[in-house]
Amino acid sequence: MRKGYYEASARDRIRGVIDPGSWGEFIPPTERITSPHLPLLDQPVAFDDGIVVGAGRLNGKDVLIAAQEGRFLGGAVGEVHGAKLVGLIERALKIRPSAVILLLDSGGVRLHEANAGLIAVSEIMRAILHARVQGVKFVGVIGGSCGCFGGMGLVARCCDVLLMSEEGRLGMSGPEVIETVRGVEEFDSRDRALVWRVTGGKHRYLIGEVDMLVDDDVAQFRAAIARAIEAPADFSLEGLEREHDMLARRWSRFADANDARDIWAGLGMPDVTRMALMSTEEFTRAAENVRERP
Amino acid sequence: MEQLQFQVPSRAQSQRRDAVLVGVVGSGNCEVLLETASSDAVCLATVHTAAHGFSDIWRRVIEDFATRCNAGGLRVEINDVGATPAVVTLRLYQAIEAWESGYA
Repeated sequence: MRKGYYEASARDRIRGVIDPGSWGEFIPPTERITSPHLPLLDQPVAFDDGIVVGAGRLNGKDVLIAAQEGRFLGGAVGEVHGAKLVGLIERALKIRPSAVILLLDSGGVRLHEANAGLIAVSEIMRAILHARVQGVKFVGVIGGSCGCFGGMGLVARCCDVLLMSEEGRLGMSGPEVIETVRGVEEFDSRDRALVWRVTGGKHRYLIGEVDMLVDDDVAQFRAAIARAIEAPADFSLEGLEREHDMLARRWSRFADANDARDIWAGLGMPDVTRMALMSTEEFTRAAENVRERP
Repeated sequence: MEQLQFQVPSRAQSQRRDAVLVGVVGSGNCEVLLETASSDAVCLATVHTAAHGFSDIWRRVIEDFATRCNAGGLRVEINDVGATPAVVTLRLYQAIEAWESGYA
């Protein structure tokens, strides 16, 4: 039976992704390592501070895995939440898993925790890059109801391989932030179709920011993550320069684009008006020869 | 936030487990953590709630749960963001079902 990834809880996602019986959680909810900041604001805490971290296996291979719970404060990163993720990444340097899998579902920094949350995000990014230099592989996964925005959008793009469903969204400033700062003429955050055209999985896949597009189904996410673990990782200077070339190419071709549709047409995507209706399979086939790659 | 504590009689829970967590700390919702406590004859409940002044209703919901389910020897801790009594009851049933079936 199909089980949606979008609506699953963080714990359900982990259960669906790793091998049955292989799970061991670090700092479980019974330890009650909760936010020290929220009680000062008279706000409720969660026993796991909105993130589940631990070790398991996927098709028999050792992995470390983290899952953000988007329904607790929008999956936002506070001090404890961030420290749990940094601790998991540092552990990867010791145990050398086949991959560190990050199931991301977050609006970014937890504003209640201000600087502590901002520092946490920079520590996560530094830890990922430090571990990647030493050969640890990171698989980022986006398909939850909060998407992946703000600091966690940056974290996502620090991964070796990124996979995403059409329903997931990826960006730096979220739609409401852009509208608040630049006005509704710049971006209408209530226009759902526009939000998904610009931040959704199909667009991110087409412009080369996401490596795999996955159907909103836990079993398909598991299969895609297994493939991502096998994919070659490249953290060389040449690889980074190719990525910078891709970004420069995008800027020179599409800096004046007003809508994602302009970019799709510019890339030569056939049948732009039907794109949102295509199944993942049909879409990836149509995108095969036109999508950007580093 | 208001913190409430209850100690209510309940039939002994025979299944032994470390812990079970269900639910989520979100508006109109709550999370429920079940753990093993010392005495088999009572259920210990601690509630942290954002909605002040509802201790009588909380007591009734916990007592009803302890009467209908085998919650003796269990410690219940709840982080609540204004869940209605019906939602709390469903979460408590979900928690005890997860405890008894091992799926959580």
